[in-house]
Amino acid sequence: MKRLRRLFLAPAWAVTGVLFLTPLAIIWVYSLLSRGAYGGVIWQATAENYQRLFDPLYGMILLRTFVMASAATFFCLLLGFPLALFISRAGRRKHLYLQLVILPFWTSFLVRTYAWIFLLRDTGLINTALLSLGVIREPLPLLYNDGAVLLGLVYGYLPFVVLPLYATLERLDPALLEAAADLGARPVTAITHVIVPLCAPGFLAAGLLVFIPCLGAFLTPDLLGGGKTVLAGNLIQNQFTTARDWPFGSAVSLLLMAIVMIILLVLLRRGERLV
Amino acid sequence: MAEPDAVLELRGVTKKFPTHVAVDDVSFRVPRGELFALLGPSGCGKTTTLRMVAGFEQPTSGEIWLNGRRIEHLRPYQRNVTTVFQSYALFPHLTVQSNVEFGLRRHSIRETAGRVRKVLELVQLTGKESRYPAQLSGGEKQRVALARALVLEPDLLLLDEPLSALDPRLRKQVRAELKQLQKRIGITFLFVTHDQEEALSLSDQIAVVNRGRLEQVGTPREIYLKPRTRFVAGFLGAVNWINGVGVRPELTRATKDPPQPDLKWARGVVERTTFLGNVVQLEARLESGETAVAELPPGAEFRPGDRIHVCWNAADELPLVEDR
Amino acid sequence: MSRTGQRRTPGLLGLYAAGAYAFLHLPLAVLAVFSVNASRFTNWQGFSLEWYRATLRDTHLAEATMNSLIIATAATLAATAIGTLAAYGLWKRDAPVLSTSLYLSLVTPEIVMGISLLAFFQWIFRFLSLQLGMHTVILAHVAFSVAYVVIVVLARLRTFDASLEEAALDLGATDWQAFRHVTLPLILPGVIAAGLLAFTISFDDYVITSMVAGVDSETLPMVMYAMARRGPNPVLNAISTLIVVALGTVIVISERLREK
Repeated sequence: MKRLRRLFLAPAWAVTGVLFLTPLAIIWVYSLLSRGAYGGVIWQATAENYQRLFDPLYGMILLRTFVMASAATFFCLLLGFPLALFISRAGRRKHLYLQLVILPFWTSFLVRTYAWIFLLRDTGLINTALLSLGVIREPLPLLYNDGAVLLGLVYGYLPFVVLPLYATLERLDPALLEAAADLGARPVTAITHVIVPLCAPGFLAAGLLVFIPCLGAFLTPDLLGGGKTVLAGNLIQNQFTTARDWPFGSAVSLLLMAIVMIILLVLLRRGERLV
Repeated sequence: MAEPDAVLELRGVTKKFPTHVAVDDVSFRVPRGELFALLGPSGCGKTTTLRMVAGFEQPTSGEIWLNGRRIEHLRPYQRNVTTVFQSYALFPHLTVQSNVEFGLRRHSIRETAGRVRKVLELVQLTGKESRYPAQLSGGEKQRVALARALVLEPDLLLLDEPLSALDPRLRKQVRAELKQLQKRIGITFLFVTHDQEEALSLSDQIAVVNRGRLEQVGTPREIYLKPRTRFVAGFLGAVNWINGVGVRPELTRATKDPPQPDLKWARGVVERTTFLGNVVQLEARLESGETAVAELPPGAEFRPGDRIHVCWNAADELPLVEDR
Repeated sequence: MSRTGQRRTPGLLGLYAAGAYAFLHLPLAVLAVFSVNASRFTNWQGFSLEWYRATLRDTHLAEATMNSLIIATAATLAATAIGTLAAYGLWKRDAPVLSTSLYLSLVTPEIVMGISLLAFFQWIFRFLSLQLGMHTVILAHVAFSVAYVVIVVLARLRTFDASLEEAALDLGATDWQAFRHVTLPLILPGVIAAGLLAFTISFDDYVITSMVAGVDSETLPMVMYAMARRGPNPVLNAISTLIVVALGTVIVISERLREK
């Protein structure tokens, strides 16, 4: 049995080793080297790439990324919790309602982001409708700003919070709610004073699960921010394409990886199943 | 070497898990052609013992001999031992026919049709060959599990709580059938149970296990009438403990008058009587503070509060030899 | 007081949920509606399948779709096989380093995975005379989908009755035969579900693909991305609708299989 099991794990070891861990090791090495003139690296050790992370220019980008990811996480939790609560109380229809959350989540992130370009653009549906109704004279600048990026992130990752919050609510003892109601708690009081505190671990897990992808977001800020909203993801991509500074791009990547790993450790420590 | 009349012999088998010792230095021999029971409360290590014989667990130390060959290091498929699982573990994606054929195919036996037909006849499942396990009743599933294990003509058939998944009303009937079947085909059965009535009625020999240790091995009669330990005595049936002596309730009498001089007795007061049809069960509190139960003929008339003598034959006392 | 409140709150919650579902689904519904609009602008001018005809006529799109299908199929087959075997091995006994690496690959930002794979391939190519192309995209897709397969199949295995495998061994099956004839057939719905999931993820990926693609391996999401950056386009609406319907169907099938 031991031999068969080793044989079964071998291809996965090969894939993660060669195509995941080795590439990470390479960019770790690159982050300590100097940039080449036309991309690539020169074998000359330096700490400069990490020092540049403290440059106000890049510090601002990292700070923006942090703030944007936090805001997206906050709104996802705020919007996702009542939805999870609704689903957990939906009785026989639970399953259907859950599917309705999962379905858009797995179908094309790209299309879902594009949908907001279609809606928010100057000549998009919202502006066109408002203009033809005479509510506004000039199109509102809805797209290509921080707000659009935040909206895109919240839209993109809302399902990510609903699933773990729903799972947490499902584990709650319904008797607790009845007890709260029995003691004279109004429903809203029961929710804020009983359910929310009991769901605190679920909030943490769900929040971190949104925070991680938002921190490394590239597609949403690129498409909905129109190049104006530069986040860490765009910075990395830029260093590997137009700026051709691979070592610095690697250093930023490793910073992101470090944060992600810390978060993963917190989650694993708490015994959360990740998916 | 195990003596030739023993199909299976365990010698000092011990199984340690990270948290506890499940089986502690167990040795016993299963004679050829017998129905041998491992009896004990749940968690006593009897199932772990069975799993070591089947090859699902490796003993930490000790030897397991099958037909004069050491097998404790062999994988399950290298041992000519088959198992009827507690949950039957029938392959849900295969028909009855394919379930029974499964082992024959693994052993590259070509002539399967005849053997399958014969074994299905034996367990009276002819005509159900193309059914899936989900379409069978509990009793039928159990018979498929038996057929699947027997078709390989094993040296030893292991049965893990073979009757526990059955409807209680069915159990007695299946019990009798199982015993008949075993005698007819002559294959040695080693089965595990926590039900003392099942063990007593089915087996040729019983090994009583408690907390990973073997307490006693013997025929049902020996185990019941001559238990060596307090645990064995209590596990196989009710016992009255009077002044450190054990007597079965059915051998305990009660009289209002002083008992005959050849009987041993103790004074007590009737607490309650329960009419059970064939017997009257009487519970009495003795002067020593102990409680004794006597099973009396249905005609016996006692009332709570009656002062009585609880008496028994010295010959009926359980001859415990050791106490742990 | 409390009783009337109790009746009212689910109503409020239901109203909120309706709004939330509208938020989740309306943007896609609007895309679909305007994909059959006769006008290329965002005012309704009547029903037309013009944009679908334009989509189907476009050879560039057809080529990119073909590339995407080839890549997703190849990556899915490999990732499903590798992931299923790994899930089985991990189910038998956890290998903490491997499972943590797999989890880590799941939460690694796509852009980081993309650039590290790019750096890796470029480094390898210094020793081999190869270039970025379909093969690098397929390898990259295998790398990020294996973890999804492992998780779905492992979830399936956790509901699998291990005594069935013991029964197979008991009846003389070797470890491989027990896997091949008992375990695999019984977890097959989960394996297929995992494969379908891997397919949708692979088919939809833009970020990693764009980093490791070569000149001959432009995928459908890459073409769509370029179109989307130029702004709304009714052809893109039509493609989007087709993709949502196609991938949506795949996901519904996958979810059904997972419950089976």
